[in-house]
Amino acid sequence: MNSDMADVLRDFLEESRENLDQVDIDLVELEKDPDAREIIARIFRTVHTIKGTCGFLGFSTLESVTHAGESVLAALRDNTLQMTPLLTSALLQLADAVRDMLTQIEATGTESAVDYSALTAHLMELYRAHPAVPPPQKSPVPAPAPERAGSAPALASVPSSPLASNPALDARPLISPVPAPLISPVPAPRLSPEPPPPRLSPEPPPPRLSPEPPRPAPHVPVLSAQPPRVAPMQAVSAQPRPQPARPEPASHGNAARSPAADAGGGGGGGETSKADTSIRVDVGLLDKLMNLVGELVLARNQIIQSRGASGDATFQGAKQRLNLITSELQEGVMKTRMQPIGTIWNKFPRVVRDLAASCGKRVRLEMEGEQTELDRTLIEAIKDPLTHLVRNSVDHGIEKPELRVAAQKPAEGCLRLRAFHEGGQVNIEITDDGGGLNSDRIRQKGIDNGIITAEQASRMSERELFQLIFLPGFSTAAAVTNVSGRGVGMDVVRTNIERIGGTIDLQSTRGLGTTMSLKIPLTLAIIRGVIVTSGNNRYVIPQASVLKLIRLEGADALRQVEMVHGAPVYRLMGKLLPLVRLSQVLSEPSTSDEDVVNIVVLKADHRQFGVIVDSVQDTEEIVVKPLGKHLKVMSMFAGATIMGDGLVALILDIVGLAQRAQVVSERADTRGRGDHQEVRQAAEDKRQTLLIVRSPGDGRIAIPLARVERLEEFPRTVLEHAGSEQLMQYRGEIMSVLDLRTVLVERRSPSRLERAESILPERKTETISVVVCVRPEGNVGVIVDQIIDIVEEALGQPRPPGRAGMVGSVVIQGRVTELLDVDAVLRCAGPNAVSLAPRAMEAQA
Amino acid sequence: MNLAHDGHFCTFFVHGLFFGVEVSRVQEVIRYQRLTRVPLTSNIIAGLMNLRGQIVTAIDLRTRLGLPAREGEELPLNVVIRTSEGAMSLLVDQIGDVIEVDESSFELPPHTLIGEARELIRGAYKLEGRLLLVLDTARALDLAEGAN
Repeated sequence: MNSDMADVLRDFLEESRENLDQVDIDLVELEKDPDAREIIARIFRTVHTIKGTCGFLGFSTLESVTHAGESVLAALRDNTLQMTPLLTSALLQLADAVRDMLTQIEATGTESAVDYSALTAHLMELYRAHPAVPPPQKSPVPAPAPERAGSAPALASVPSSPLASNPALDARPLISPVPAPLISPVPAPRLSPEPPPPRLSPEPPPPRLSPEPPRPAPHVPVLSAQPPRVAPMQAVSAQPRPQPARPEPASHGNAARSPAADAGGGGGGGETSKADTSIRVDVGLLDKLMNLVGELVLARNQIIQSRGASGDATFQGAKQRLNLITSELQEGVMKTRMQPIGTIWNKFPRVVRDLAASCGKRVRLEMEGEQTELDRTLIEAIKDPLTHLVRNSVDHGIEKPELRVAAQKPAEGCLRLRAFHEGGQVNIEITDDGGGLNSDRIRQKGIDNGIITAEQASRMSERELFQLIFLPGFSTAAAVTNVSGRGVGMDVVRTNIERIGGTIDLQSTRGLGTTMSLKIPLTLAIIRGVIVTSGNNRYVIPQASVLKLIRLEGADALRQVEMVHGAPVYRLMGKLLPLVRLSQVLSEPSTSDEDVVNIVVLKADHRQFGVIVDSVQDTEEIVVKPLGKHLKVMSMFAGATIMGDGLVALILDIVGLAQRAQVVSERADTRGRGDHQEVRQAAEDKRQTLLIVRSPGDGRIAIPLARVERLEEFPRTVLEHAGSEQLMQYRGEIMSVLDLRTVLVERRSPSRLERAESILPERKTETISVVVCVRPEGNVGVIVDQIIDIVEEALGQPRPPGRAGMVGSVVIQGRVTELLDVDAVLRCAGPNAVSLAPRAMEAQA
Repeated sequence: MNLAHDGHFCTFFVHGLFFGVEVSRVQEVIRYQRLTRVPLTSNIIAGLMNLRGQIVTAIDLRTRLGLPAREGEELPLNVVIRTSEGAMSLLVDQIGDVIEVDESSFELPPHTLIGEARELIRGAYKLEGRLLLVLDTARALDLAEGAN
């Protein structure tokens, strides 16, 4: 095969794959809405194009299978056949068969020896059954053509009168070098009252093997019998096969069709411009670019940290520019590797449909946020876990129709996929309105399997019980089906999600349904890490795993770390946080002072634990580099990176660390028992992650975490002034700063405020807590009295605000908390500052 | 002269022993780089170093050969070896010349050679006045074998 031919073949394979994925989706869609003409047309076109190209490339098996499918689709389009589940299944099988064959062709260059005649026969059988549906008056009456049935089954029931009048058709068998069933490239579809499907194509025609030349010459249809076998290469662009499609509508004299066809063509033209602005790029090249950008980030970090020539203004300027350009470049390259999550979700309508059909269930799939993008390596990594979860929901979650009706739910279950960005992560939720998890059965199963004792089980909260399903070998499915219930699964799902730095959470309400929430980082190549030291070595802890940093100083430091049976714990917000000393886990000597304890609070396997490190240095953007194979066996390290000073630092694998330290094997769920109550209420509510800060006085203010870039603590001396504006230098830039104390209107009388303040521990005046908030014009530092906590809450309707700058008041953690109107408050910062009160009052008035 | 030819060896000293590695296997020889220790691993792994943005594992050849640890102030040097899994470095005491040897002077290691060294030395070239020991780099860098 010469290289032109190889190109044609490659384009064909690539294009067909994409189209087949669309066919899967379309078929499932079509089952719901059998009258969706444009969907039928789209499927038809794909199958037709594949068939045509196969003939051209000489893949006769594939051609005959697709031909049978095409006949069925043509009948569907002409309303002579009605969509049935049986038909959908057959057509889906066809898509699978074609996919298999394409894979085979890609691997070997030839068709497989697999016999698809059964499928072909099945399709033809369905096709022949079509007269059951009365044809619409518009379309020509299908006349059975028994005399043809023997030689060309595809043509058997095609309305034969117009075709018969076509001398080309009669001529065809005479010159055809191939068996009759393969030849009919002009079957029923040509007679369609519809505009030719290709015009409706959302796909721009590929440059080489254009399936539908824009203005086909009315070729002699005879050519289409088997031109590829004889045609010289120039014929490729002419693509004779589909051409006869064009003249035919005209020959039928149906003038009404032409405008429709032209309109469709115009739409197609619009799509072409899209093709002009996008190109296919080899993934390998993108990966290489990403690596290079990674190097650049390292070099940038090194330059920024270097103190040499720091007095030189030109150098300073160049340094800042380098910093900005690197960040932008990094972002840009990162974006090129982003793919919408829809690329995985596309498979789900089919998966859900097949599975629901085989379980005898009715399931409606809803998807929201298909456009949410994440790095392609992550897309790969979450594909299997997501599929598993979706299958689980259909198989175990959603009940059979009769059970649902008995429970006064609609017979059709609903599976909802939702994806959105929040706080630098991708959130994915899989919600079903099925029976929910049965905590009694989980409890019993846990006891039966010896995972928990009866005594433990009686003390466990519902939420804790739910966590059991993530343990290896745990399945509550009453019956093992071929889909799920074998007890391998949820633990693997969780391991795979956590391996890529994600988390998985589960909320379930008996009788109402289950929601699995996944949080996935946007990328793996460059992550934000907290740099800590232990035993003279630096380590990086991925910031995604860090919940908070605690520094205990002075004489109390060691007293606050209490011992429970030899295991150190710390009281974190009234709950016991198990602690491990990093130096001890890593068998290193510790070099920390006795009177300072640094605790990094981490989350792994749904449990919190604290790691005591010698010091916490900084957070930094780091480039993750893999470790050699010989070091990969160690679960303790997720990789390594090169720091600004050129030295290597190891990245800790938090799950590995937790396992090694055996914190997570403890059953104590530090997330507490209270919150399943709230989960129950909030099953449907939108959950939000909020930063809780202390407001002037003893009030609490919540800031949506999505608007928060970072939390920082600085000495008060960093604050500088320019005019009336308060500023500080932050990460190489000038950042506006505003103090929540001065911005917000204080309604309390000074004496009451003083009283409220007096009961608090003395406010440290030498340091300030700064919440760096995001806004398009640049970040703003908001000084708050104290950072209290980060919570995830389902917020109800807030009570109207008591003062300007607030959205309203809600109850969080059992306390009334004001919800900050971030936009309004941030408007008070920067050169175009607007003072809060009048504006907000206007809005209220 | 084609240095990649088998007859050429990059030579170095470890604890007074004179070793050689085929030049074709050596990526480069560089001075000592600061290493980051990897906890919980075999003591053969001296640490990780940054080789122009690449993270390279350094193996201490003294430990690997079961020889006494390095003493004094002198820093070892890196002989960076190409492997199928990327570059790895051997820490050696001193670097010698690249020399050409006569194939006929090769001899298998004597039976009296025992211990770790026996596994890692493929044989010796009898040079004038001394022996050039041929290091089996694949084995020397195979940590599963060397773990202790």
